[in-house]
Amino acid sequence: MRYLPKSDSERRQMLDACGVSSAEELFAHLPEAVRIQKPLALAPGISEYEIVQYFRDRAAENANGYASFLGAGVYNHYRPVLVDTVVSRGEFLTSYTPYQAEISQGTLTTIFEFQTMICQLTGMDVANASMYDGSTAVPEAAMMAVRATGKGRVLVARSVHPEYREVLRTYAKHQGMPVEEFGYVQETGAIDLEDLERKMDGLTASVIVQSPNFFGIVDQVKAAAEIAHKNGALLVVIFTEAVSWGLVEPPAEADIVAGELQSFAISPSYGGPYAGIIATKEKYLRQVPGRLVGQSLDSRGKRAFCLTLATREQHIRREKATSNICTNQALIALMATVFMTVYGKEGLRELALQNLSKAHYLAGRVKPRFSGPFFNEFVARVEGKSPDEWNKALLKKKIIGGLPLGRFYPELADSVLLCATEMTKGSDMDLLAEVAK
Amino acid sequence: MIDKVTPHLSQNESLIFERSSPGKKAYQLPELDVPAVDAAEALGAGNVRAEIEGFPEVSEVEAIRHFTRLSTWNYAIDYGMYPLGSCTMKYNPRINELVARIEGLAWAHPYQPEALAQGAMEIMARVEAALAEITGMDAVTLQPAAGAHGELTGILLIRALLEKRGNPRKKILIPDSAHGTNPATAAIAGYAVENIKSSETGVLDVAALERLVTDDVAALMVTNPNTLGVFEENIAQAAEILHKKGAMLYMDGANMNALVGIARPGDFGVDVMHLNLHKTFSTPHGGGGPGAGPVAVKKVLEPFLPTPRLRRAGKKWAFDYKRKHTIGRVKAFYGNFGVLVRALAYILAHGGPGLRNATVDAVMNAVYIRKQLEPYFDLPYSQANMHEVVFSDDRQAKLGVRTGDIAKRLIDYGFHPYTVSFPLIVHGALMIEPTETEGKHEIDQFIAAMISIAKEVETDPQLVKTAPHGTRTSRVDEVTAARKPILRWKPA
Repeated sequence: MRYLPKSDSERRQMLDACGVSSAEELFAHLPEAVRIQKPLALAPGISEYEIVQYFRDRAAENANGYASFLGAGVYNHYRPVLVDTVVSRGEFLTSYTPYQAEISQGTLTTIFEFQTMICQLTGMDVANASMYDGSTAVPEAAMMAVRATGKGRVLVARSVHPEYREVLRTYAKHQGMPVEEFGYVQETGAIDLEDLERKMDGLTASVIVQSPNFFGIVDQVKAAAEIAHKNGALLVVIFTEAVSWGLVEPPAEADIVAGELQSFAISPSYGGPYAGIIATKEKYLRQVPGRLVGQSLDSRGKRAFCLTLATREQHIRREKATSNICTNQALIALMATVFMTVYGKEGLRELALQNLSKAHYLAGRVKPRFSGPFFNEFVARVEGKSPDEWNKALLKKKIIGGLPLGRFYPELADSVLLCATEMTKGSDMDLLAEVAK
Repeated sequence: MIDKVTPHLSQNESLIFERSSPGKKAYQLPELDVPAVDAAEALGAGNVRAEIEGFPEVSEVEAIRHFTRLSTWNYAIDYGMYPLGSCTMKYNPRINELVARIEGLAWAHPYQPEALAQGAMEIMARVEAALAEITGMDAVTLQPAAGAHGELTGILLIRALLEKRGNPRKKILIPDSAHGTNPATAAIAGYAVENIKSSETGVLDVAALERLVTDDVAALMVTNPNTLGVFEENIAQAAEILHKKGAMLYMDGANMNALVGIARPGDFGVDVMHLNLHKTFSTPHGGGGPGAGPVAVKKVLEPFLPTPRLRRAGKKWAFDYKRKHTIGRVKAFYGNFGVLVRALAYILAHGGPGLRNATVDAVMNAVYIRKQLEPYFDLPYSQANMHEVVFSDDRQAKLGVRTGDIAKRLIDYGFHPYTVSFPLIVHGALMIEPTETEGKHEIDQFIAAMISIAKEVETDPQLVKTAPHGTRTSRVDEVTAARKPILRWKPA
């Protein structure tokens, strides 16, 4: 087998050195009762060529050559060539978590750069080395707030990504973290501040809002922060569309910013792997989950980086750790780091402006349902037919339409969430509008 | 004598921010084919940010050199053996990378219509089936993003089942040899942790277990083979004790690479387990992720699995979101699909017989290393080992040299260190896992390096205690890093 590098004669020599006459003897200590009864029912191995063919065939059964207006937490952005060039280097791809600082400075330095860039984007003081994804960053942020405030309750906006809220509920259930939701304003699509105010109490540890929210609306973070802080709760701001950071004012009032970096050169890949982040104010540093890279000096006095503040983590603190998370998403975070480097200060702004312009062009063709300011996606009511019927008609034109919202918001069953990015062609938007008529 | 490596020039490089200067660009966007929008008008002036202070501004050439130079400061499997015990640093086949980037897979949106995602769903179904067969379990969820995430999912499943039976119970039992994620996970799932001391031979103490399993115990979390690399020979008996008291057996599958094709957890009483696809199934660690941590369960736990579940609807695959007893979602969408693709490519490449051969070679390599190093290092637990072997630094510590020093000296010999000071039940542990993808030559060089260092400890301990000497970065002051944390770059 091509991944097993030994010849039969080498195996023979090694078995001799092990003092056994056959490989089977190496397993002689296993009780008979636990051994496998018959060989695994898996076909014999196949060639590289056949593997490629298998996956090409599966890929052909997926959508190919369609224009798409799907966003909803996963966005279609161009991936600069440099990204795969860098992450394909074996030194990044095939290394482990950088515990051994002397021979891991490559990974450690890129993570330090990543943490810096996330701070620059979000306006926060510290950022960790990444989380599994945006959805799992939400409960981790909520748990941080519980530790920081000593209170338990979570108030989350209904305009936070529905699947993120589901994940929050799963995590929260057994930790004395009751989760309650507050609504959005039917007219604007922004959070309902009155509803928040009403549901707010002194036992609440965190208020969680998303901006741009699930409906694409740049939400009222400042006002939410005021209400949260007045009641001794932290404000957690979630994001799913990282490109918005190129243009949208960062939430200086937030205590924790958590979200998803998929937009930064991470291919949609049917839902993962992605990378999440948690960024916060200096004073909550000790509550941060996951890996952190810090700057120090080596014994020769040269700048060097290492994993730090590990006393928060599971391998030291065990059941008292800030989280059970072990790894970060280093390679995916590296994709994002290369992306941020390639676009840089001007590029990210220009990219965000293109997204804004495309989405507003689309909004000129298909009317948004909500009046709040939106970035690159918005909710549209489908007139005269159901969202599914519209989408079916669009598929015939090789277009995947917006996400029908009924499955998450019964009151929006007549609506879809439409997204346009720099990749969306003006002509496809015209076609979409045509079919909507 | 160090014969695996030769010092060579290594490029210096600044942080990307220090390379930046205004106006440099590494990108070009296409001309807009729609009218440009004024940001302040569209978003409201108060919502538009000022420029991102300190953000990079470099050219494409500078960008690629930056990351290429940094990359050379890493050690990697592609350079050589990476004997980190418990981490299973095996070769990462490049075909896995290629297939994960095929456009119809890499660009599949999780919300595209199911009719246009049949290929992706078929891949997931095939991964589920293969993992069920390999583990001997009845059902698999692919949703968890990593091993620890899988642990959490598994414990929540146990909790849901016990709750349905009327009492979720209070405690999880965990051996003192366990990974730190086990107790951390139990805490998040709302359980108290009770440690079980390992027996004198380093395995599960069945008599102690018998005593500790009360009506308050929800489950035992056990790694098998355990972190000493020793198969828990009483595992079936442990399962019986637990089951008799209505408790469950959770297996941490971190070391499943010692069992594939040889023994199946489903056959020896395990109720639920996670797998680390980035260990046993060769998907790259990538400097610390992404991983994937599928969870395999017995039938009795299947109703509680996270939603959605794949289901066959006629000739098509569909997602089933309506499941009454589900624990809910543990992650958005369906799991780390790109990692699943890589793992399936690996399973297809090996096939059933190949996977078993891989296990055999992994165990043989570890036993071979043990035999060669036993005369030089103290072996605190002497049972037969499987895929890894754990020595202690007792002999070297008498001369003032600890496991961490030996590990650092190994770097000078051109190897990544083994796992240091874990498991905790071994004083000064050296935990060595070669994996099956190391050839005899590489392993012999490793053994020679370890023996040479053992001799250096006797003749020149200082040389070992101040290692590494050949790296561009010497020992890093981790104490100051933690005491005065600098976690981001700031302009001077």
